[in-house]
Amino acid sequence: MEHTVAHEEHGGGGVKEIVRVTVILSVLTVVELMLGFWMMGMPLESVLRLAVKGAIVILMIAKAFYIVAYFMHLKHELKNMIMTIVVPLALFIWFIIAFLYDGNSFRNLRNTYDPHFKEQSTIKVEKKEEGKHEGKEEKHEEAKPEEKKTVE
Amino acid sequence: MSTATATPSKLWGGGKSPFNVEYGKLMMWYFLMSDAFTFGAFLISYGTIRFSTNGWPDPNEVFRSYPFAPEGAHAPLVFVSIMTFILIISSVTMVLAVHAGHNMDKRKVVINLILTILGGLAFLSCQAWEWNHLHSEGAWWGRNPFLNHDGTASSTNFTNYFFTITGFHGFHVFSGVVINIIMLIMTLMDKFEKRGHYLMIEKAGLYWHFVDLVWVFVFTCFYLI
Repeated sequence: MEHTVAHEEHGGGGVKEIVRVTVILSVLTVVELMLGFWMMGMPLESVLRLAVKGAIVILMIAKAFYIVAYFMHLKHELKNMIMTIVVPLALFIWFIIAFLYDGNSFRNLRNTYDPHFKEQSTIKVEKKEEGKHEGKEEKHEEAKPEEKKTVE
Repeated sequence: MSTATATPSKLWGGGKSPFNVEYGKLMMWYFLMSDAFTFGAFLISYGTIRFSTNGWPDPNEVFRSYPFAPEGAHAPLVFVSIMTFILIISSVTMVLAVHAGHNMDKRKVVINLILTILGGLAFLSCQAWEWNHLHSEGAWWGRNPFLNHDGTASSTNFTNYFFTITGFHGFHVFSGVVINIIMLIMTLMDKFEKRGHYLMIEKAGLYWHFVDLVWVFVFTCFYLI
């Protein structure tokens, strides 16, 4: 059986398709990076920033699709083969929604009922000196008591 | 049982390969699926913690340096985009190796495998530099020198997740490089020529693309968003 499988002609466009997918992946990455640079100047809680993040996630999923479908050749496999891979991964839709919702709800609960938590996240900390290479050992020593202070 | 194969049925009745792929390749797919759940669990856990925290460090402040950068360089996204492109290109050379394997072109398989291995090593070197750089700034598991976006103190969750997830991914890249080196040696020893097919290269290729795929998610979750 192995012999017949080995000589199975696979679908797909060969080198031409590989070049095309490479170009698509590069373009998507460049667009992602451009969005990332654009996002830097935006205020933290703005709707636009959230929208850009959403766009980046969509581009990420598009990249994932091209890698799996063409580079990993899944698109040219039999349909039931595709299904046995893709259907279980649909669990991620639930995972993502449920867990992120849970995290968000936990934050809201703590902000409402835990004044200590709320207070901790509003205290501004002095920005430390930028790490110079000579002072790195010193910095490590510094980092620990600093951490303690914020916990108390 | 012979009647089962004779009567046409909606269910698979045996007699031919249901997915029309080789056993090892199918098992590689299932392994990758389980690995996807492992990485997914890591990333979703990271997302949950991030959603349950009020502040989070700005990735553009944390990842803003590159090798041989002058003091206080501020170049967010630059180094990591180089890493991303290295991995994409190494993925392309891997497809080309698989494609050459289909055509029984040993010379091209060898060339493209070598390029893929070099790409993997380049990526690992970049990651080693970045870890070393962050460590010299005081970041490590359980240690976070970076402040939140709004200037408030940050928890160690940020560094813990960063080092755990990029470390786990880096470990995958490392094992991918080892697998590719083994494939290269086997190709040079004419193992696949004797077998009459290069299916092993295809399986190694699947693993390597998966590593690239995971990086797409890690890159987005840690550096962009």
